[in-house]
Amino acid sequence: MSNVFIAFQDNEDARPIIEAILADNAEAQATYPTGLVKIIAPGKLVVRRETIEELIGRPYDLQQIQVNLVTLSGHLEEDDDQFSLKWNN
Amino acid sequence: MSVDLHTREIKPLRNTFSQTANYVGNDKPASRYQEATLDTQPTDNFHYRPTWDPEHEIFDKSRTKVKLADWNALRDPRQYYYATWTMARARQQDTIESSYDFVQSRGLVGKMSDAIRSKACEVLMPLRHVAWGGNMNNSSIGAYGYGTPFTAPAMFHAMDHLGAAQFITRIGLALDEPAILDAGKNDWLNAACWQPLRHYVEDTLVVQDPFELFIAQNLALDGQLYPLIYGNFVDDHIALQGGTAVSMLAAFMPEWHTESARWIDAVVKVAAAESDDNRQLISGWVKAWADRAQTALTPVAELALGSVGVVALQEARDALDLRCKKAGLVA
Repeated sequence: MSNVFIAFQDNEDARPIIEAILADNAEAQATYPTGLVKIIAPGKLVVRRETIEELIGRPYDLQQIQVNLVTLSGHLEEDDDQFSLKWNN
Repeated sequence: MSVDLHTREIKPLRNTFSQTANYVGNDKPASRYQEATLDTQPTDNFHYRPTWDPEHEIFDKSRTKVKLADWNALRDPRQYYYATWTMARARQQDTIESSYDFVQSRGLVGKMSDAIRSKACEVLMPLRHVAWGGNMNNSSIGAYGYGTPFTAPAMFHAMDHLGAAQFITRIGLALDEPAILDAGKNDWLNAACWQPLRHYVEDTLVVQDPFELFIAQNLALDGQLYPLIYGNFVDDHIALQGGTAVSMLAAFMPEWHTESARWIDAVVKVAAAESDDNRQLISGWVKAWADRAQTALTPVAELALGSVGVVALQEARDALDLRCKKAGLVA
């Protein structure tokens, strides 16, 4: 199975997002190339709004992840509650 | 000449301050909330006791009867420190500004009946003074309470009360002439139906124990006043009779009440869970102040909602009791 990945700037804003991704995706691994956090997962990866909100204690608009999002690979599917990556083929 | 650019990564040896790490560990970076809040209370080397209160140190845990081994336990679930709090409030301010634009550009106030407009003013204007009392009381909690996780949000809450008072003022100016503010003050000082509430507010201004004051103001009074006035009166009663404009202009208050209730409940829950003494003490305060607030709000509820006012107030009281039960207090 091919991997999907997503990378964020390594900063204060991205930390709860990363923590949420690692909590929701048991197989996801984070690596820390300079200035970035890159999360790799086999096949599928999901970012859930609810988990981020629990961590930061306030409402969160998933579009805000775009501010710190650097790059990603995989087919993207997103709605108000989650942002998911997987390979469709 | 050629210039080689290298990236070189420097890993910090420590992920956060050691006093923060004492609480959250050093294996990952701490959040700004944690760094700005945990263990930042000054604790040592107070050379002189304050001349205005020689019984206590300038920051002193014994100003309240509530005993906590560590006052850093009273965390704010909203994780507000100055930046997150101001950003959240700025967003809400923008929303309210666009509500004002909407209401004014479409002349919505003129489309309300005079009766409903003057009813809204009659009930809301004196509440400026209640909100100001909330501002004073939460400033007092911020000044005399102990531990930044407790006092910092109290100070934010004080400023939020001031914001609520200013929003009420603006509603008055949008609905009527500036003289309506004086009329509201006159009612607050002289009209019989406001006197029990005024008595309550003025008595809380001299409560010395910061935690008791927190209960009396934020839980017992606001926990009934806001659902009654902004839930039942503004959003149901007034809005149903063509006063949706008032509901739009007052939108901050119920939203803020719901949000800040999470903080208030969390503080009560943690303090009550620490020991049975705390639980009994806090439960006693809640009962005494909530009973008194309910009595004080009865004539206000009747002024606002007529004969169903008492029922609406009882609903607010029941909801408050449920909150207290969930926070682990005893009835």
